[in-house]
Amino acid sequence: MTSFDYVLALADDALVSAQRMGWWISRAPELEEDLALANIGLDQLGQARSLLSYAGVVEGAGRSEDDLAYLRDDRDFRNVWLVERPQTDFGVAMARLLILSAYQGELYAALARGTDPTLAAIAAKAVKEVAYHRDHARLWTLRLGDGTDESHARMQAALEGEWPHVEELFAPVEGAVVDPSTLRAATLARIESVVHEATLSVPDVAPAIGGGRRGLHTEHLGHLLADMQHLHRSHPGATW
Amino acid sequence: MSFDDLLADDGRVEPRDEMPDAYRRTLIRQIAQHAHSEIIGMQPEGNWISRAPSLRRKAILMAKVQDEAGHGLYLYAAAETLGVERADLLDQLHTGRQKYSSIFNYPTLSWADVGAIGWLVDGAAIVNQVPLCRCSYGPYARAMVRVCKEESFHQRQGFEILHTLAHGTPEQHAMAQDAVDRYWWPSLMMFGPPDDSSPNSAQSMAWGIKRFSNDDLRRRFVDMTVPQAEILGLTLPDPDIRWSEERGHYDFGPIDFTELGEVIAGNGPCNRDRMAHRVGAHEAGAWVRDAATAYEAKRAARAEGAA
Repeated sequence: MTSFDYVLALADDALVSAQRMGWWISRAPELEEDLALANIGLDQLGQARSLLSYAGVVEGAGRSEDDLAYLRDDRDFRNVWLVERPQTDFGVAMARLLILSAYQGELYAALARGTDPTLAAIAAKAVKEVAYHRDHARLWTLRLGDGTDESHARMQAALEGEWPHVEELFAPVEGAVVDPSTLRAATLARIESVVHEATLSVPDVAPAIGGGRRGLHTEHLGHLLADMQHLHRSHPGATW
Repeated sequence: MSFDDLLADDGRVEPRDEMPDAYRRTLIRQIAQHAHSEIIGMQPEGNWISRAPSLRRKAILMAKVQDEAGHGLYLYAAAETLGVERADLLDQLHTGRQKYSSIFNYPTLSWADVGAIGWLVDGAAIVNQVPLCRCSYGPYARAMVRVCKEESFHQRQGFEILHTLAHGTPEQHAMAQDAVDRYWWPSLMMFGPPDDSSPNSAQSMAWGIKRFSNDDLRRRFVDMTVPQAEILGLTLPDPDIRWSEERGHYDFGPIDFTELGEVIAGNGPCNRDRMAHRVGAHEAGAWVRDAATAYEAKRAARAEGAA
């Protein structure tokens, strides 16, 4: 049986990523990139909305997408650390998208073939969107990795910063439809081939302790949620 | 056909056609200012993306701000048909040599401001821009057709935000009224100075760039907006608004253009913040643009080596 926690894990990864991506709109290096990042953020937000609505159904307590997005505290969020930390450097944003989209590509492809028909339908749509995110992240990793000396150094540093958060993507979640550990080899192979193509090297760093799937987060998530939730919470019961 | 014959015939001037230098310069200035307004306009609304009160509203707002980036893109492309480059136009924006619409120097202090911008600011923009779909310069006119379609969508979304708030809790209603109180007069000023003190209007009309005077367009906007305010259940902050049977228009009170002058002079509430944000983003992205250029050069060299 698909668990509430599992659907929340997928939903919260998408929602928190969308929230971070929204920051870039009006701040991108080029106007074309404002459009592209808004597009990616919108895709992630759309995935989050479908998944949160379904999480509410699985839970069976009548909670809506907005109840789940706006009225849970950080200890009830199930996203990984990878997506919740600030990403105000373009290299960091692209390194993170490279990792996330590689993982989500494998995840959604597996879910689309999986046993839960609702998740399969959501994933069948999402897998096409993520293919674009993956392509976008790959192209920027190539440009930044194989661009100038400065961009090479910055992209390598960005990868070093994100890499400790790769392993958490494959941590077990109870009631998972697709065992996250089964996605590990294909995800890593995809990321590493882009890293090499971009003349960068795969970081050799210890994984972070993680804990997002159990509701243990970095200090950053509380601030993200304070910002995201305050207006909704200031008017209990209001319709928007 | 000569430029004058083309205008007399209500034809469209295309990029390769001959045109007077002053016509070209006027268009570049106007289209660039319009493009700059779109990208600076991303900021006041972008200010609420992270805090949008529902996920549905967040998605609509992200898509709207994305549309503005898109408008900026095709307006810069329209300007480029006149022999300038986007990078130069951006440089002129960043160094204060070209302007953007002063309306974006007002802050978005509450969620209702997102609704007020959609309803009033985009509403005023539509009234200004619909006639530009018949502008004598072809690429600008065609860009405006698409922009106007999307703007009218945005205007309805803004109206719907305010309608929901105005029919919500007392606090939401007050939020909506406060936003309309703050955005009403600045929206009227979007049509520019009164006709008797608008020095460039006559020439722009003669060139078929401008089709109606500032005051005509402003009147049209007021006539359109007053009945909509009644449907919203919100009050426009002007006690002099009343229907004139005799003129067939709504009368409205005098506009304090000294405030507009101050905002244009750089002393509005957000002028410095808007420019700092824009220039900051541009400078922070320089290494990324440099990398993209270097990468393309390497790739081209490799392709040549392989050939």
